[in-house]
Amino acid sequence: MSYKISEEGNIATVFLNGEIDMDVTEKAKEVILPLVETGKEVHLNLKDVSYMDSSGISVLIESHQKALESNTKVVVKEVSKSVLKVIMMAKLEQILNLE
Amino acid sequence: MDISESKDFLVHSGSLKEVRTFSRDVFDKLNLNKDLKDELVLAIAEAAQNIVKHAYKGVEETKDHMQIKISMKDNQLEIGFYDKGKPVVSENIQHRKLDDIKPGGLGTYFIKQIMDDAVFKKDQQQWVNHLVLTKRI
Repeated sequence: MSYKISEEGNIATVFLNGEIDMDVTEKAKEVILPLVETGKEVHLNLKDVSYMDSSGISVLIESHQKALESNTKVVVKEVSKSVLKVIMMAKLEQILNLE
Repeated sequence: MDISESKDFLVHSGSLKEVRTFSRDVFDKLNLNKDLKDELVLAIAEAAQNIVKHAYKGVEETKDHMQIKISMKDNQLEIGFYDKGKPVVSENIQHRKLDDIKPGGLGTYFIKQIMDDAVFKKDQQQWVNHLVLTKRI
């Protein structure tokens, strides 16, 4: 997994790339959670994420919950078809902010 | 097409990518459609992850290997997982309730959604745990 961050105003966008599994979840959390804790709105762009398992879903849930605690929000954007299927299998499409 | 292929992997989260590659290669040979292939690869990866996360819980580093065997005969897909971790008590395995939104607890749920059956067999002397996933293709 690789990533790129761009910040504009109160929005930080994290572009994730590659496959998100148990092996990279700590790295993903180290990137995302500190941004959420600043109170910025965090956009997770998953356009280039080709695979995500239950560990990746846990990162999305933890980010979402951390955002609620920090009075901000995490928006999950440009989800690839394969990742969307996993999100829907977990019945999280109504919970996570998908755009 | 009937097929039977197995491969050993080091019990480590870093092996999961290799597990997926092995699984995709086998399913490519079976000419499965992409959606089904993606689902099966996810189920296999979740089961392998459970070995790393649960059967070897508390083990920082091991040289143990797990074995994954994918077989297809008469349109019945069977995937075997063999490991030498802590014995699994299958009655204790349960996924979290979906409306209890929190990180974790979804891997087993995904496996059950994707596969027809998941059974721990006690038929091995060489291994400790033997999980068998099956699905009619």
